[in-house]
Amino acid sequence: MITKLKSYLNKTTNAAPLAVFRVFFGIMMFFSIIRFWYHGWIEKLYIDPKFHFKYYNFEWVKSLGDYNYLLFFICGISALFIAFGLKYRVAIIVFFLSFTYIELIDKTTYLNHYYFISVLSFLMIFLPANAKFSVDNLLRKRSYNQIPNWTIDSIKLLLGIVYFYAGIAKLNSDWLFKAMPLKIWLPSKYDLPIIGNNLMQQDWFHYAMSWSGMLYDLTIPFLLLYKRTRRFAFVLVVVFHVFTRILFSIGMFPYIMIVATLIFFDASVHEKIITVIKRLLKPFRRQIKAPKTQDIYQFSSRKILLPILAIFFAFQIVFPFRYAFYKNELFWTEEGYRLSWRVMLMEKAGLTTFKIANSKTGQYFYVQNSDFLTAFQEKQMSFQPDFILEYAHFLGDHFKAQGHENVQVFADSYVALNGRLSKQYVDPTIDLYQEKESFKPKHWILPFKDEIKGF
Amino acid sequence: MIKKVVLSLFAIAMLIACSKSNDSGGTTDDFNRQAMLTNWADNIIIPAFQDLSGDLATLTSAKDSFVATPNQTTLDALRLSWLEAYKTWQYVEMFNIDKAEQTNYLFQMNTYPTNVTDIQNNITTGIYDFGIVNNNDAVGFPAVDYMLYGIADNDTEILNAYTTASNFEANTTYLSDLIDQMQSLTTIVLEDWTLNYRDEFVNSTSNTATSSTNKLTNDFIYYYEKGLRANKFGIPAGVFSTLPLNDKVEAYYSKDASKILALEGLQAVQDFFNGKAYNSSVNGESFSSYLNYLNTISEGENLSTLINNQLNEVRTKIQQLNNDLSLQIETDNAKMLEVYDELQRAVVLLKVDMIQAMNISVDFVDADGD
Repeated sequence: MITKLKSYLNKTTNAAPLAVFRVFFGIMMFFSIIRFWYHGWIEKLYIDPKFHFKYYNFEWVKSLGDYNYLLFFICGISALFIAFGLKYRVAIIVFFLSFTYIELIDKTTYLNHYYFISVLSFLMIFLPANAKFSVDNLLRKRSYNQIPNWTIDSIKLLLGIVYFYAGIAKLNSDWLFKAMPLKIWLPSKYDLPIIGNNLMQQDWFHYAMSWSGMLYDLTIPFLLLYKRTRRFAFVLVVVFHVFTRILFSIGMFPYIMIVATLIFFDASVHEKIITVIKRLLKPFRRQIKAPKTQDIYQFSSRKILLPILAIFFAFQIVFPFRYAFYKNELFWTEEGYRLSWRVMLMEKAGLTTFKIANSKTGQYFYVQNSDFLTAFQEKQMSFQPDFILEYAHFLGDHFKAQGHENVQVFADSYVALNGRLSKQYVDPTIDLYQEKESFKPKHWILPFKDEIKGF
Repeated sequence: MIKKVVLSLFAIAMLIACSKSNDSGGTTDDFNRQAMLTNWADNIIIPAFQDLSGDLATLTSAKDSFVATPNQTTLDALRLSWLEAYKTWQYVEMFNIDKAEQTNYLFQMNTYPTNVTDIQNNITTGIYDFGIVNNNDAVGFPAVDYMLYGIADNDTEILNAYTTASNFEANTTYLSDLIDQMQSLTTIVLEDWTLNYRDEFVNSTSNTATSSTNKLTNDFIYYYEKGLRANKFGIPAGVFSTLPLNDKVEAYYSKDASKILALEGLQAVQDFFNGKAYNSSVNGESFSSYLNYLNTISEGENLSTLINNQLNEVRTKIQQLNNDLSLQIETDNAKMLEVYDELQRAVVLLKVDMIQAMNISVDFVDADGD
């Protein structure tokens, strides 16, 4: 076993796939940042709000105000450096830190694919993605043909986890036996050309999409791994992601995934891609002297590196199952929901208003959420318990500072999940100002009174 | 590789073609959104604006008679036509779309409580621009309410304000300008609907943030939450403040119009929800029928019935109130709060359940999803 592992770790492979991956990753990230900037979202999501929702234990991450633009600038530039393979190690560290910092400013904007980018860029810190086809090669006058095989496998493994876990998450009775939430989402796409007002309205189609989505997620990592099914799998990847792009507003994610899955292809494909890019760059390459080619990239600190990656993957494999520690319905309480590749899995909405009461006099009034939150924040807050609790504390502190005495904060909250009629969500008799955030189950969430079987 | 792509595209095309042929052979299952938009525009919105325009014309001529011969008879007639127009107003307030939205129409017609200081300043200086935001609380129905009922303590004194008082000419001019402004604004909005916007509105059938259905759904819910629930009940009953603020009711000075107007507002909401034509009892395509259609797909709760039941519940509660909501707040505010609670229950049904069923974005958040 150990000898097998040793020989696996010593196995080398062509460096081209990782180099191409690096180039595309950098370009995609660069355009994602530009797109974010262009849409005015930096202002809207990170500067305008008076209040930001924090991840538990990351309360210290603060919005930088107008300097958020600088943060995005740094993030974008580092992405470009990654694409060029210029000072790669520094660039990927800067990218990981700046991107993750941005995500930590406000959990309102949480998306699985942002988390994916953070996780992936963390992994890439440890990979020799600049071994070939990088500016670093020119600077160091050295490039490598071979890199350890496990470096490429680690990216395949991460992609595999993302897909497979997204598939496992779909193994639930709402998704498979009620075709929810697709039964809500698809009919509302009536304005799509050709398929909008027939296919999208069909019951069988909702089920077909639910089941094929589940099967796709569960099987695609394996179909991509095996050479015989790889091309077919890639066609599926393209079709699937383009389809989701048409149906839902999910930004850059489909393109990122399509490009990322190229890593599964043989090095010859990537060599071709590099040749094409080189041809495009030809006008700029006249004076460049080709760097010396060395054969194998050697890690100088493999002894530290491998344990880090082992822990990283152990965490990735175990962490999404933390919901098992909570006995309440996962979709209802969302305890352990985030950071677990539960992608487009439920349709949930709520309406939550807050009552500020004086415990001595019994006097009370309601808060207009729009006084403190943006429409987007209010929407996200209304059905997620950790948001509700955090906001309740913010309100309590705010009104206390204003001179209100004996402040109590009660939530009047209704939530609807996957087409079920809305139900009261938070126990209206509990003073949320006295409740603390923790990893413990939140006893003040009212029971779901229904069952969703499965993962 | 290319072969595979072509092959799979062909497969998808086949799939679509097959499902299409299935379709033509039997059920047409798509809800006709254009019919809903047409019903909204032709049978509800435009007739309501036309009625309001007519009422304001009556109000203007009543005002002219009053200005010509100010006495108790012409004052009573003027007040009566003011109330008629105000009742009709309740049926158009929610349509804050296109021209109405661009011209701040809603805020120029019905921002209350009206600001007496601003009104008196305008009267004294005689120089005012009704269009500016600062004057929103010095114009429209609430300002006329003040001019007809609140400018002095009793009817004799009120008549004096337009006959013998030192500034009676300025008072008369202001009253007259207020009503003329309301009519000209309404004419602009109505003409835009009939001459330009109607076709654009009816043809915008897609599901995007700027399409007609989405915008009007937002307007409808905004009106329900703000215009009906918060302005007419929540704010004066002290739901958002430590103490009740009974002078913030609608039509505060006329004393007994507030409940009538609230009931009209509720009726307007329910009629629109059910797609009931403004001038008749015919129901066309609407939120209600759309929800019924979606329900045939999702087999969920019968939302349209639940919403109608809840709105009926609200009506029952309102009917138990004093005609003068301001007095109701002073004597027994608990009854006002009960109405608020019932109204709030329907907010949940409309804003959470209905919006979820229709899968419409309630705001203009354009950030990415997962």
